[in-house]
Amino acid sequence: MGVWLAAEDGFKPPSTADFELPPVFGDNPFTTKPILLVFLSVILVSVFFIRSSRKAAIVPSKLQYAGESVYGFVRNNLGQDIIGHEFMRFVPYLFTLFTFILTNNLFGIIPLLQFPTMSRVSFPYVLAILTFVVFHYAGIRHKGLLKYVKEIMFPPGVPKPVYVILTPIEISTYLLVRPLTLSLRLFANMFAGHLLLLVFFLGGDYLLQGAIGLKLVAPFAFTLGIVLTFFEFMVQCLQAYIFTLLTAMFIAGALADEH
Amino acid sequence: MTGSLNVVGYGLAAIGPALAVGMIFAAYISGVARQPEARSVLQPIAFLGFALAEALALFGLVLAFVL
Repeated sequence: MGVWLAAEDGFKPPSTADFELPPVFGDNPFTTKPILLVFLSVILVSVFFIRSSRKAAIVPSKLQYAGESVYGFVRNNLGQDIIGHEFMRFVPYLFTLFTFILTNNLFGIIPLLQFPTMSRVSFPYVLAILTFVVFHYAGIRHKGLLKYVKEIMFPPGVPKPVYVILTPIEISTYLLVRPLTLSLRLFANMFAGHLLLLVFFLGGDYLLQGAIGLKLVAPFAFTLGIVLTFFEFMVQCLQAYIFTLLTAMFIAGALADEH
Repeated sequence: MTGSLNVVGYGLAAIGPALAVGMIFAAYISGVARQPEARSVLQPIAFLGFALAEALALFGLVLAFVL
């Protein structure tokens, strides 16, 4: 990192150290910024949806409309279209997942908060473990343990010798690759996005302190930083969508009957 | 000049996923252009493919920092 500015001392390019924030209250390790943001997101999501659904009317208010369109999006586009006829059982989980991740991601560009919680890898890990438990449990309950495991290990319609290669791949896919990619995708997107914004804003700030020529290019760094903030907004919504989409697809795969 | 070769390696590693993401959306766009009513069917598939291809680039990014 920092090849382009390493010659001038003083500028420290953003690194992984920027993500290790000190505790906010004293030295209690459970009060770091990401943890407080998780609690804040839970409060925000709950308050928003309780308020938007409390006085539900046939002619919806603006707040009710906003709440219902998010719910309708998750229920129809992620639940019904992907999981199929048994989707209603999973809508609460998908909806919670989507709103929780979206809120936590958006903290990355909300002024004053400006830290995406999911750029600390342990949070996506927990979410991926939840999804892992949910889709395996759904599959086992739907098919029974033996039949479910058999379908994972020996997918039908394959010549027998291929199972030598296919079975280990399938087992590692279901046990390791799926939860790992699910969590790392969310983590790495948020991590990279936050790092990108740090590069442009910290770099722009450093350019402002330099000689007059450097001061003149600083606005370009800030402008690009603002443009990338909008880009980040898109990525954050997309990642919340993709995490929920993949969860729905895993559930649909676990429920799918053999053809 | 100082710096980490990891980042250069990551830049090279990102070429593959970049081409993949481009091809996925190219296929999605031409699919929708041929048959606009297929958009809602193709959209989750396109984003799934995008997510799977993009994951490789992001693993590279993580490894560039970790190693």
